[in-house]
Amino acid sequence: MSVQTWTYILVGLTFALYIGIAIWSRAGSTKDFYVAGGGVSPLANGMATAADWMSAASFISMAGIISFAGYDGSVYLMGWTGGYVLLALLLAPYLRKFGKFTVPDFIGDRYYSKTARIVAVLCALIVSFTYVAGQMRGVGVVFSRFLQVDINTGVIIGMIIVLFYAVLGGMKGITYTQVAQYCVLIFAFMVPAIFISIQMTGNPIPQLGMGSTLNDGSGTFLLDKLDGLSTELGFNEYTNGSKSMADVFAITLALMVGTAGLPHVIVRFFTVKKVKDARKSAGLALLLIAILYTTAPAVSVFAKTNLINTVSNEEYTSMPVWFKNWEETGLLSFDDKNEDGKIQYVADKSKNELTIDNDIMVLANPEIANLPAWVIALVAAGALAAALSTAAGLLLVISASVSHDLVKKVFNPNISDKAELWVARGAATVAVVIAGYFGINPPGFVAAVVALAFGLAAASFFPAIVLGIFYKKMNKEGAISGMVIGIVLMLYYMTKFKFGWFGGGTPANWWFGISPEGFGSIAMIANFIVAIIVLQFTPEPPKEVQEIVENIRIPSGAGDAAEH
Amino acid sequence: MSEKQKKASAYWKENVGYLFILLTIWFIVSFGAGILFKESLDTIKIGGFKLGFWFAQQGSIYVFVILIFVYVRLMNKLDKKYNYNE
Repeated sequence: MSVQTWTYILVGLTFALYIGIAIWSRAGSTKDFYVAGGGVSPLANGMATAADWMSAASFISMAGIISFAGYDGSVYLMGWTGGYVLLALLLAPYLRKFGKFTVPDFIGDRYYSKTARIVAVLCALIVSFTYVAGQMRGVGVVFSRFLQVDINTGVIIGMIIVLFYAVLGGMKGITYTQVAQYCVLIFAFMVPAIFISIQMTGNPIPQLGMGSTLNDGSGTFLLDKLDGLSTELGFNEYTNGSKSMADVFAITLALMVGTAGLPHVIVRFFTVKKVKDARKSAGLALLLIAILYTTAPAVSVFAKTNLINTVSNEEYTSMPVWFKNWEETGLLSFDDKNEDGKIQYVADKSKNELTIDNDIMVLANPEIANLPAWVIALVAAGALAAALSTAAGLLLVISASVSHDLVKKVFNPNISDKAELWVARGAATVAVVIAGYFGINPPGFVAAVVALAFGLAAASFFPAIVLGIFYKKMNKEGAISGMVIGIVLMLYYMTKFKFGWFGGGTPANWWFGISPEGFGSIAMIANFIVAIIVLQFTPEPPKEVQEIVENIRIPSGAGDAAEH
Repeated sequence: MSEKQKKASAYWKENVGYLFILLTIWFIVSFGAGILFKESLDTIKIGGFKLGFWFAQQGSIYVFVILIFVYVRLMNKLDKKYNYNE
């Protein structure tokens, strides 16, 4: 059977499964819709969290980025998993005990202020929209390459599927579909990785294969081989980066703190019964995430070595079929600068003839390694699972922000449960359409905006939530001014160095040598400092609020997530 | 301070103590071994891995997973000790 037939079968089967689950687990109340009724088991919640957390970026792009960045790519590995530790230890158990539906709920109540709630809602909306547009784009890319449909048609198919189960099922539907999606995506990621690891090193465990010797009888370690190939072509050694240590440090910190502050992941911990379960499911989720995150760097090494071996100094006409296929999508291009008919892939930009998009590395990896057709098709289904699961989680945050945080808490507190449920569904529908629009017409600055989303989450939510839990006397004046300063500083730095506003600037002008991607960590520190200084000059929070803080620090008596 | 409050603040103190120790380890394996001391650790090789590089791309993640499970255990014990478990 051809790759395309296999892809239709596997994608069709998985989509049918997701829709089936959505119908079986549709939401009957706002509580079902926002927090899946609050009765999800820790294991199911762990799997759903893992699928929610691992987006199209984790599945499709990350291994590719690391392939080209080598050691520098470690910022994503440590950043995205290390942030999870912060989430599990500093936020999840206490927010579960607090027992509301959304992050703005916590900020609004803890800082007894409508302004704080609205600032939090805006941050949640900006972060979520940025993210969801990226997911829809990922769906489009997969459809266009594997099913030979137009990218736009791909985005629309993706929109309809997500709309169907997010709007119908709410958190309950999403949670159980995400459990299925985790299984699909992890299987799809591991199978080719194991195949290639055996092919190249004879070791079936990719994490170990990465550090083993090559299978060709030379006795050379794979990583040494890749370091050698890279320097030969004029690149940095794979295991050594090109970024400064200060910048690697700052980016890792910004990613850690930023991911810990992502609202669609935090909200997952509201779906379990007890504080104890919230802790346990955080552990399970990271374990399930780590399977992919420790395999990804191995895939990067395999793919990069294979790629160099296949293309470097080879005749263009002798390239395999996958090369031509990816050229058609525009993600790979060859420009024969010295007209010798061979492919020169080198660091020197004036001589380099091959341009490769990061995203190809995972998607084309099985083809580059000559794996069977069904494995290639499986990767397509896995990438779709990763993109759809994250998109659905984000849509839920958007719809809850609108229906719960804005409509119910700010504009119309007397709205009935049933009406609120319909507002939530309406908001989710509008959100899908907007996200789809951005997926079809991606703004040219997608990468910058995604970095901004992490920076904003780091600069705003994280300090406000941590101080809210660990610093009982923190008041609304401190928290709000901290958030505002953090966000403004982040926006200023990002727009200055990414978009050239406020006079622009080059890397030589970076403050402390820190790139805009890493600046979230500086903005976060500024937030903490401003909050603590302002606190000294303003009245302490009311007694009831201090009692709330004392109460969330104790795990017992969590009750259901409710509105009191 | 009432008996109840005393118990709550003692529990909280132990909790924060655990967090401090766990986050120190979190910092050492990632920012320490994977970034600040990467170069000197890279002189040590285990199999095909330079140690600093291994911590940055593999080791830190394994330690993160272990940290969360240790935290779960410690907290479950602490909850029992203070009778906060359900």
